[in-house]
Amino acid sequence: MSQSGAIMVLGGGVAGVQTALDLADLGYYVYLVEKKASIGGVMAQLDKTFPTNDCSL
Amino acid sequence: MYCPKVVVDTYNERLDITSATHIDYAQAIPASYYIDAKECLRLNYETCNLCAQTCTAKAIDFSQKPKKLKLDVGAVVLTPGFGKVDDSVLEKFGYGKYPDVVTSYEFERLTCASGPTEGHVVRLSDHREPKKIAFLQCVGSRDETCGNGYCSTVCCMYALKEASVAKEHDPDLDVTIFFMDVRTQGKGFDEARKRAVEKYGINVVRARVPRVDEIDGRLGLTWVTDDGKSHSGIFDMVVLSVGLDAPEDAQKIADIAKIELNNYEFCQTTPGQPLATSRDGIYVAGAFQGPKDIPESVTQASGVAAMASELLAEGRNTRTVTLTYPDEDTALEAEEPRIGVFVCHCGVNIAGTVDVKAVRDYAGTLPNVVLYEDTLYSCSQDALKTIAGKIKENRLNRVVIAACSPRTHEPLFQETLRSVGLNPALIEMANIRDQCAWVHAQEPEAATEKSKDLVRMAAAKARLLEPLEQPTVDVTPSALVIGGGASGMGAALSIAEQGYKCVLVEKSDKLGGNLARLTWTMDGQDAAKVLKDLTSRVKKNKNIEVLLETEVEAISGYVGNFSTTVSREGKTEIINHGVVVLATGGKEYKPNTYLYGENNRVLTQLELEQKLKRGKSFLKGANNIVMIQCVGSRGDDMSHCSKLCCTQAVKNALKLKEAKPDATVYILYRDIRTFGFYEDLYREARKQGVQFIRYTLDRKPEVLKAGRGIKVRVYDSLIGEDIDIPANLLVLSTGIAPGENEALAKIIKAPLTSDGFFLEAHAKLRPVEVAVDGVYLCGLAHGPKSLEECMAQAKAAAAKAVIPLAKGRVAVAPIVSRVNQDTCIGCGICESLCPFKAIEIVKVGKKRKAQTITASCKGCGICASHCPTLAISMGGFTDDAIMAQIHAFAGDNCGEEA
Repeated sequence: MSQSGAIMVLGGGVAGVQTALDLADLGYYVYLVEKKASIGGVMAQLDKTFPTNDCSL
Repeated sequence: MYCPKVVVDTYNERLDITSATHIDYAQAIPASYYIDAKECLRLNYETCNLCAQTCTAKAIDFSQKPKKLKLDVGAVVLTPGFGKVDDSVLEKFGYGKYPDVVTSYEFERLTCASGPTEGHVVRLSDHREPKKIAFLQCVGSRDETCGNGYCSTVCCMYALKEASVAKEHDPDLDVTIFFMDVRTQGKGFDEARKRAVEKYGINVVRARVPRVDEIDGRLGLTWVTDDGKSHSGIFDMVVLSVGLDAPEDAQKIADIAKIELNNYEFCQTTPGQPLATSRDGIYVAGAFQGPKDIPESVTQASGVAAMASELLAEGRNTRTVTLTYPDEDTALEAEEPRIGVFVCHCGVNIAGTVDVKAVRDYAGTLPNVVLYEDTLYSCSQDALKTIAGKIKENRLNRVVIAACSPRTHEPLFQETLRSVGLNPALIEMANIRDQCAWVHAQEPEAATEKSKDLVRMAAAKARLLEPLEQPTVDVTPSALVIGGGASGMGAALSIAEQGYKCVLVEKSDKLGGNLARLTWTMDGQDAAKVLKDLTSRVKKNKNIEVLLETEVEAISGYVGNFSTTVSREGKTEIINHGVVVLATGGKEYKPNTYLYGENNRVLTQLELEQKLKRGKSFLKGANNIVMIQCVGSRGDDMSHCSKLCCTQAVKNALKLKEAKPDATVYILYRDIRTFGFYEDLYREARKQGVQFIRYTLDRKPEVLKAGRGIKVRVYDSLIGEDIDIPANLLVLSTGIAPGENEALAKIIKAPLTSDGFFLEAHAKLRPVEVAVDGVYLCGLAHGPKSLEECMAQAKAAAAKAVIPLAKGRVAVAPIVSRVNQDTCIGCGICESLCPFKAIEIVKVGKKRKAQTITASCKGCGICASHCPTLAISMGGFTDDAIMAQIHAFAGDNCGEEA
């Protein structure tokens, strides 16, 4: 049987989004599954990030 | 807008209200409104239907039912994140009872410009600004009574951040952080902590506050400090630094995926394979693997991509779809400039200070501007769509976006241009957020005038923008990994298993690096087993060529086409490869204090482990064993925290207690930084009777000779005097020093941190890449970390390294230097100044001429600015365009010389 070229990523926070981006860049089709209406997870609720106080969005 | 059902806004941590039909925030992806099915009147009571009737796009269809989809996939990655600590844990601190006791999540929303108070921190009870705030650390963490014995790893950092942000808003604010240990062990975090505490004058108090009481509408706290003294204080607001819990549905996920969880319901993994679950083909990354911060989550995310890519190497490119763009409309591009200016509100980030509409109208008075508009968030998906539509409708051929920084957002707008057939170089950004709204927040009128200046300048430059070619180059499909320790082997193995050739060079005569000196992993398992597994897999893999006793002499070329000279047994050899992974490691720091090297009873932690491995006879008569933490680290010798010494000391203390139960083990420490699940080891050590004594920098322990033995003098803050411990054995936690990175850093032109480790391209978003394209980073070369983190990082570096190899071609950024060889005099100034080795002198006929190596060029412009004959110009930054911008600054609308 030939190998699948698709991968499911469960959870669309910063880890899931980064995994999906890298997998797509590596030549795979990605199903990014998120239970909320938008991706970003908790990081989307943050204002700035330690230690550089860069904008989180 | 028409939805009549009011609901609490969970995105804003229930501090605000919204409608059942809403969008969480303006930049949400996808940027579409959704209906909260639990609250919707139509879905629950069959009434209303107002939204469906008013929606002009007819986008609401209540007849839709949930569908079951069957996805055919070769691997699954679990990234469900973390859950929230139960409210019952917070109630101990008056949460729910006193409105001014808030969680750190709620406080985050209060400090945020897009939050319910537009970034003004107020008390929820009376909406007044608080004058005195207390942060309580370790709420729901390091607390067995709530079942969370682990450390949540991130709270010390976010509390410092939230405290700093609050102080930025109100410099008179009095902020106190109550903590047990300050755990800022991440790379560069200790320095950031020091900066925050000094710059903002944040009080840090080492005490655990047991409860919160209300006193006359304010909040009373009592606490006991190290010296046993009791204190009390009254605050206007208390912020609970809530820890990270396992995801709420962790057990459900585990049942469905058939994977094992640890005792805290996080995913079970091992130090050697931190991203693998107990089931083949199912991987884990992020906070579900254990509490962690953003850089580590991002690192693991890339690492897990490598694991899936190893498993499915043959399936690569079988399911991918290619994005296509319309052809470039070169005729339109060549027409007289038709500029569109879009001025962004960025919510209140810009519009709170700058009069956006005035800037927009001013833009309309500028030459060649045919369209001028304002947008609420220009980076949001629907705004980008609108901008694309306006470009087409108005046949724009130049675009000015007055918003934020091109560093973060220009690619987004360039993509928009490409989507409508315009060359992405035909955009200019004016950063009116950072350069106007933020820095001139107190002077709105001046900020507005300056915004107009920036827009005028941007428009002047936009008139002269020219389309740029977007070249691509072929890639040599192989990698060079420098360093044969655990990280280097891990990276090489991953690259090889993803299907690419790899040369692994190691300067010593064997593989293993620091792992070969380690006896136990952090979970107490045999480190030699991990090493043996790695080395045998490396040796067996046909894609890996190992070169021992080999040094890198020179690296030339650029991403996709590197050529490296190595020396081996006195001979040099050339290796051609597409990418480089730096895994050069670090080394155990060797101190010249505390009698180390003078007395054979003084050892480092690694030396102790090696002795223990050989047997316990050396412990005979060793009734008192003392460990001193931060010898070298966090001090004058090395300013950084070595991150793993606390856990290593606790691990070894437990091994000592196991080998010799009647010995007393003392650990003299500054902060115990057993982050994450390592906290379990710390608790176990205390249970086993290991004595922890805290010392401060102004009263460091002293080691004195006492006859043939030694004694350690330390100040005990609880009893308020020095105590002498006769030590039969003294173990120094000496930390991790960088390797000899300078030479390699020069060869690669990769920057080092002030501590001597390699600097990553972006601390959060590009943690395993360095500033030079095609060069990646992992292990101790990046900074001190445990084996577990090294292995995850090695995978991450392998994922990033394989991306260009898998693509086969790499795109070259169009903003590069171009040499006009007719006017070049071949002086070579540019070649000598280029920090990226991206320009070289070649012979053209009989003359010497400069030539740009386009793929290596970073577009910094140093060559162009130093060329004595102005023969070099930068794509997107021509002399003409920059001069026009300068003239426009002087007030000349057209940007032409007055």
